[in-house]
Amino acid sequence: MAEMAWLIGLIAIQSVALLVALLIAVSFLIYFDRKVWAAVQMRRGPNVVGPWGILQSFADLLKFVFKEVIIPDSANKGVFVIAPMVTALLALAAWAVIPLNEGWAIADINVGVLYLFALSSLGVYGVIMGGWASNSKYPFLAALRSAAQMVSYEVSIGFVIITVLLCAGSLNLSDIVVSQKTGLGTMLGLPNSFLDWYWLPLLPMFVVFFVSALAETNRPPFDLVEAESELVAGHMVEYSSTPYLLFMLGEYVAITLMCALTSILFLGGWLPIVDVSWLNWIPGVVWFVGKVVFVFFMFAMVKAMVPRYRYDQLMRLGWKVFLPLSLFWVALTAAVLVTFGWLPA
Amino acid sequence: MLAATLFFYLFAALAIASAVMVILSRNPVHSVLFLILCFFNAAGLFILMGAEFLAMILVVVYVGAVAVLFLFVVMMLDVDFVKLREGLASYLPVGAVIGLIVLAELALVFGTWSLAPESLKPAAPTPSGLTNTQALGEILYTKYFYWFQAAGMVLLVAMIGAIVLTLRHKEGVKRQNVAAQVARTPATAIEIRKVEPGQGI
Repeated sequence: MAEMAWLIGLIAIQSVALLVALLIAVSFLIYFDRKVWAAVQMRRGPNVVGPWGILQSFADLLKFVFKEVIIPDSANKGVFVIAPMVTALLALAAWAVIPLNEGWAIADINVGVLYLFALSSLGVYGVIMGGWASNSKYPFLAALRSAAQMVSYEVSIGFVIITVLLCAGSLNLSDIVVSQKTGLGTMLGLPNSFLDWYWLPLLPMFVVFFVSALAETNRPPFDLVEAESELVAGHMVEYSSTPYLLFMLGEYVAITLMCALTSILFLGGWLPIVDVSWLNWIPGVVWFVGKVVFVFFMFAMVKAMVPRYRYDQLMRLGWKVFLPLSLFWVALTAAVLVTFGWLPA
Repeated sequence: MLAATLFFYLFAALAIASAVMVILSRNPVHSVLFLILCFFNAAGLFILMGAEFLAMILVVVYVGAVAVLFLFVVMMLDVDFVKLREGLASYLPVGAVIGLIVLAELALVFGTWSLAPESLKPAAPTPSGLTNTQALGEILYTKYFYWFQAAGMVLLVAMIGAIVLTLRHKEGVKRQNVAAQVARTPATAIEIRKVEPGQGI
């Protein structure tokens, strides 16, 4: 009994620590995103609150929290309030299985990848519920768009994950990272290095996954859900104050999650770039965070540089390009693994 | 063990409550949302039984895909709830009679049902030393391989059927030829003219 209480307490402490670290990291990532975006457009970006504007996100947080919560009169109130919570909660809950370092996952479960896939496919509910409950035209259009968009890109994300699983032979995220210690590079006689990670043998799938992750998290160029020039702010039009903040938070946590998933599946998680002693001395969590920030930087650059897709182009890319390509690659990967006897035990 | 029991009753109670709410809620969108809650609790029960793979697949397939489409359709239906409930009084006796007949039949069937004694033992989810996924894969692709293929065939036929039923080629609709668009060069797309001031083209 005492043992169980101790175990529950430990998990609670770990969860709170991870949540606090995650939220602080996300606030700085938002700042980083805005700075990158500003730099590309030759603006200064946030530069007022704190040194170099580094505390801007915290100022935004306080501003949102102290505003009045406005619930439209004709809104479906229960669903309207629950929707942003669903978005934030799902995005945060997914982090429970992410291994930050060897053995550093709150729940190192056997079906970790499926758990992440399940939760990221649920992200659409926050948008649909918010859009429907607002009882307004623009949010509703956004909800319809997002439902179609996220369901479309989930399919190719699923197939990309299957190719990685075929190579790794496990659904456990830690095992997937460990399986990237050896790979293409070591087969060629090179020491353990970044050439072993799955981005190289599965390069087309890496690209497909990256683009699908953009679409799945409604990032530009696939932000049709909240296209300002068409839908004002999409499903968030009627939201204000803390509920709006929760939507934004959930969105950015989901983006960070996709960055983390990309680095685990394709960029070797906590593994150092090259397996030499002085790089191994750097803790794995630093490598992991570095990779997440690198992928996030790519997300930010895409946002800054690529114009928004038209809706039919988005659907065409998802169903007519990515789906056949990823399906073909699943078959190809399986065939190659079986033919050369490289199937993981 | 205590925690598992508590969670079992939590999930079971919530599953039944949300299943009842699916029928009782006046708004069909609320019904679908309660259905999703019910799926979640079913997934929780699967996890308690040690069938984590099934739990995740339940969430991915039913909540992540099927229920999204449900919600999508229900949200777009223009249902007049007042009108829908108008005929309730006149249909109620017929519905009640049919319901009672089905209930009586079920009672007759299950009253005489006898279970094999070994099926009453709690199910062992996986052999020891195997993960859920491996255990399922090994049995699905060996012993039940033909059934698995048949299930895939059924899905393929259903998919082709749906496409055949809904695919229509209308005449006179402008279609996009993406290959032609991508292959365009400045030479074929634009023409540069020198326009004198005050002349126009």
